[in-house]
Amino acid sequence: MSGYAGYVGRRLAQFLLVVFIGINIAYVVTHASPIDPVEQSISAVTSFGNTAPDAIEQMRKSLRELYGLGGTPVQQYLTFWKRILSADFGPSLSAFPTPVGTLIGRALPWTAGLLTVSTLIAWVLGNLLGGLAGYYRQSRGLKLMGVIAMGLHPIPYYILAMLLLILFGFIWPVLPISGGATMNLPQTLTPEFVFSVLQHAVLPALSLILIGVGSWFLGMRSLVSNVLAEDYVVYAELAGVNSWRILTSYVMRNALVPQVTGLAMSLGGIFNGAVITEKVFGYPGLGSLLVDAVYAGDYGLVLGVTTISILSVSVGVLAIDLLYPLLDPRVKVS
Amino acid sequence: MVAFIRELLRYRTEFRIGLALVAVVLLLSMMASFSPYPPDSVYVVPPDLPPSLTYWFGTTSRGQDVFWQVSFAIRNTLLFGGTVALVSRLVALAVGLVSGYKGGWVDRALMSVNDTFIVIPLLPILVLFYFVMRDRISWLMLALIMACFGWAYDARLIRSVVMSLRQREFTQTSLFSGMTTRQILTEEHLPYVVPILFSTTMNNMVWSIGLEVTLAVLGFTDINTPTIGGMIYWANQHTAMVAGIWWWIAFPTIAVIMAFIGLFLLAVSVNAHIDPRSRLWSTGEAS
Repeated sequence: MSGYAGYVGRRLAQFLLVVFIGINIAYVVTHASPIDPVEQSISAVTSFGNTAPDAIEQMRKSLRELYGLGGTPVQQYLTFWKRILSADFGPSLSAFPTPVGTLIGRALPWTAGLLTVSTLIAWVLGNLLGGLAGYYRQSRGLKLMGVIAMGLHPIPYYILAMLLLILFGFIWPVLPISGGATMNLPQTLTPEFVFSVLQHAVLPALSLILIGVGSWFLGMRSLVSNVLAEDYVVYAELAGVNSWRILTSYVMRNALVPQVTGLAMSLGGIFNGAVITEKVFGYPGLGSLLVDAVYAGDYGLVLGVTTISILSVSVGVLAIDLLYPLLDPRVKVS
Repeated sequence: MVAFIRELLRYRTEFRIGLALVAVVLLLSMMASFSPYPPDSVYVVPPDLPPSLTYWFGTTSRGQDVFWQVSFAIRNTLLFGGTVALVSRLVALAVGLVSGYKGGWVDRALMSVNDTFIVIPLLPILVLFYFVMRDRISWLMLALIMACFGWAYDARLIRSVVMSLRQREFTQTSLFSGMTTRQILTEEHLPYVVPILFSTTMNNMVWSIGLEVTLAVLGFTDINTPTIGGMIYWANQHTAMVAGIWWWIAFPTIAVIMAFIGLFLLAVSVNAHIDPRSRLWSTGEAS
């Protein structure tokens, strides 16, 4: 196989490997721990008061079934895969009897929307500014931006989100600090609802963007300063190509290629950040769902969100990988 | 090595600032040994006092001195980051060296697994881990789990360095003089990898401490060992922000941000200094 088809084939294989290993890790984590999760749940429930012994026995039986702990290890492993492939995580314990799938389906669009928009803005803005900063090295404004990026980038998502929350929630309360949209609006495509969604998304998106811009900015700046030393740039300068054209179609164009790979590689990390940001701002996405499920002791929901997270991040990476040849036509030939 | 550090100190402002920040944080963490109170006892001082001359950083609603708490917390947090970095460095080195030097199908197989580990979103898995372990989770366990995931990106960096080293003449010379693969990797290539190893260590610490703070704030770690995240967790439990006890949250946050920026600046400056082009640029500008 060669050319584009071969490339797509390799990427698909990598995608399947990611999902396979990811699900296996989830299996190992849930099944190989020395602690019996069933006994844990039972002791958590029974610590609140008296429960009849046969009720506990019944609970133990149904929990073992829920956790997929019946039968030999091989059977358990197969059951685990069967549940995941059929996307059947059973009913949620904390929102009984809503199926886990419905809860995740409700939360997923929020996370996907927030993540896509903020990642795109951060990526475009960071690369644009970073490219300019690498090209116009003497500009004071861009140098200052570099210092700010260095200061912001290493701060973890949680801390930055908390700082924004304090700033816009207590000190200067202009933006809604919690929820995905105003509660009493019907969830249809009316202008008010859309406006409210956008307004609620500002702070969570801002905290994701502020950190994201910094890392893309720093990466792009150093990439651009490397490309600047390439012969073809020197040649273009000598040939009198105007500097804006050199910057956009000679320098940035080539420096962008590793940044696309970088986007695919850091998607998992950005997802982690989104999970936390959602929790801080009470955004109704997967992150809040996951954390609340842990507090409520809802095993099916925690497992469901974990698997869906692995799956959706891998799909995102695959999508970026498949778009990659548009930017770097060399993969079609090699 | 000494000359390298001296050069960094002379030409890199980032390195100087980073070093100063890390030094302050380290000093603060070493103060923990002189604490008059054990880290986990509560109601040893009057609660809810603002910062004053007696209690520099104020006291918490649990009757703890914030200064000594921050000191214990930052020590444990740095220890945590250090443990994760150390263990994951071993894996990253092994994978990166072997993959870069061997090439071929060994490289392809290792890198497929490597890329998988880079992509998988770790936080949900850590949360799942906490969900299963509950109160039995300890910080060593968490550190080891994170180390299992934290090597992949750096292994890729090390691999790319070794790949270019393999093309150099001295590798051929050592090969023909009868050195084994292990000898070539540890005696010839490792010294070239050391600076990048240092910068990835700092970055890795930033990463693991960030994740630990996040998990601890949510209460998903061993909350009885004082860490920075644990402190913020307890402050949130006592609604410190609403009650106006800002010093309970502000001081640990400042301490950890100083650690983050310090470590990151060290990593960035070393990284920039390894690159000869950027080194020439900065030293040329300074002189």
